[in-house]
Amino acid sequence: MSPSEVIAAPEGQRETFVLNLGPQHPATHGVLRLKLTMDGEFIVRAEPVCGYIHRMHEKMAENRSYAQFLPNTSRIDYLSAMTYTHAFVGAVERAAKLEVPPRAEFIRVITSELNRISSHLVWLGAYLLDLGGFTPLLYAFDDREKILDLLEGVTGARLTYCYYRFGGVCNDVDEAFTRGTKEFVAYMRPRLDMYRALVTDNIILRKRLVGIAPISAETCRKYGATGPVIRGSGVAYDVRRREPYSAYPLFDFEVPNFPEGDCMARYLVRMEEMAQSLRIIEQAVDRLPEGPVMATAVPRVLKLPAGDVAYAVEAARGRFMVHIVSDNKEIPYRVKLRTPSLSNLSLFEEASQGLVLPDAVALLGSLDLVIPDIDR
Amino acid sequence: MNPDSPQAHEESAAASAGQPGGNGASGPSVLVGPPALDQHTPLLALLEQGLASEQGGSSVEAPALAGKAVDFASRGYHVEMTVAPERVVLAAQLMDSSGFALDTITGVDWLAEGQMELLYDYFHPESPTRVLVRCRVPRAAPEAPTISAVFPGANWHERETHEFLGIRFQGHPNLTPFLLPEDADYHPLRKDYAA
Repeated sequence: MSPSEVIAAPEGQRETFVLNLGPQHPATHGVLRLKLTMDGEFIVRAEPVCGYIHRMHEKMAENRSYAQFLPNTSRIDYLSAMTYTHAFVGAVERAAKLEVPPRAEFIRVITSELNRISSHLVWLGAYLLDLGGFTPLLYAFDDREKILDLLEGVTGARLTYCYYRFGGVCNDVDEAFTRGTKEFVAYMRPRLDMYRALVTDNIILRKRLVGIAPISAETCRKYGATGPVIRGSGVAYDVRRREPYSAYPLFDFEVPNFPEGDCMARYLVRMEEMAQSLRIIEQAVDRLPEGPVMATAVPRVLKLPAGDVAYAVEAARGRFMVHIVSDNKEIPYRVKLRTPSLSNLSLFEEASQGLVLPDAVALLGSLDLVIPDIDR
Repeated sequence: MNPDSPQAHEESAAASAGQPGGNGASGPSVLVGPPALDQHTPLLALLEQGLASEQGGSSVEAPALAGKAVDFASRGYHVEMTVAPERVVLAAQLMDSSGFALDTITGVDWLAEGQMELLYDYFHPESPTRVLVRCRVPRAAPEAPTISAVFPGANWHERETHEFLGIRFQGHPNLTPFLLPEDADYHPLRKDYAA
């Protein structure tokens, strides 16, 4: 029986059972539960059950000042804390009309792109683990360690960075960081070539990913899926280009996209993105301007003018947007956190229909979910 | 419907980025180079036209509905539209036919005014345009029709808005708690819910 026949079979002729996957399962990469209605090996319906690590960040935002809420934003998607804090400080700077010095914008770009590479390396290792390959995880975490060391040197944190501040960044980078970053770029390029030879061109991997779980560009649009998911469906949607922010317009980089829409396309987008991030980092470090890293007149007590302000960034998983509603007080009236993982997972029910279970795991991993990012 | 091609925009962004200090301003304004608003006037006209034509044909005395241009550099979106609850689906259909994608749906509790506000954020995958649709509903009976038939991605956003604020979406296929426990009977983002 082919997958399409399974879906086409009338309700009465199906013999189905419910299979529970998660909430504690390595393939769900966190506390996510999938309620799978199966017809033999094939998925008839997959219902994600979310909320196991819900923390109500949005209510917390309504009970503290902008500065006090800033550390929360790095705990939403803990693998791309830099980009998430960037969106929040960006929204506040946009509303308060704070001018960020060029050096600070360059530093933000460098650290955000380093964070993107480290996030993609975690995905690479974890994804291949899902698919049954253990070794690449050790390689990927080894490379990621170098990024964590670099960022620890300048931010003091290894994962949940709170380095960006309203009006700039809290510490200037030193010569050790710029030298270390240059060394990392030189080190990482041959490593990407090695990943291509070791993993990407591996016939076992290709058999698991090529042609599996294709998602159309239209499906991505209807569900609001962004990041490597929509770019793996051939749409070159990247917030860094569509709504240019920070210093990104100054750098030369491509937006990798592959039209196939299958798991391999999403895999290739992320692998290619790491090379593009290295390009951006290299340009930013070479052209890093001198000057201050904080705006001069940042008020100690921040009050945003009444009204709405939104700020979106391209996080490692896609479009992350902060929407603040202010009523001209020190405390936000409402903060909405639009997270990419939620929208990307919302298409899973449609995309997983008719897949066999191991292919659904391949699809789930190719969405690169971070569960706290969904549950908030 | 999309006169400003993404390539054209990227070239213009690159061009403005290529001449730092060109406008005499210091630092950030040169760095950021937000998309210029005049690029989006065709879209704005389309929005006004689309809603006006819909109004013209009906006998309902609806309040004026039209897109309003907003300064992207200070607000983060280009067009803002305020609609009545019964026009939410119409606005979604217009967004859909213009190639927009649903960014998110959320609500705001305006306790003092006795109202709740629904915010629908849209982005466009092919063009640098952001639209915000607003809709006010009475706080005593907060209801609006679902747009999940137009954008299936709205399903989860509406479930979340329902559980957090108690706004009911008429016609929603499965309006059960999404992030809160399955027996949750409280709405934590209401302003009268103490943290």
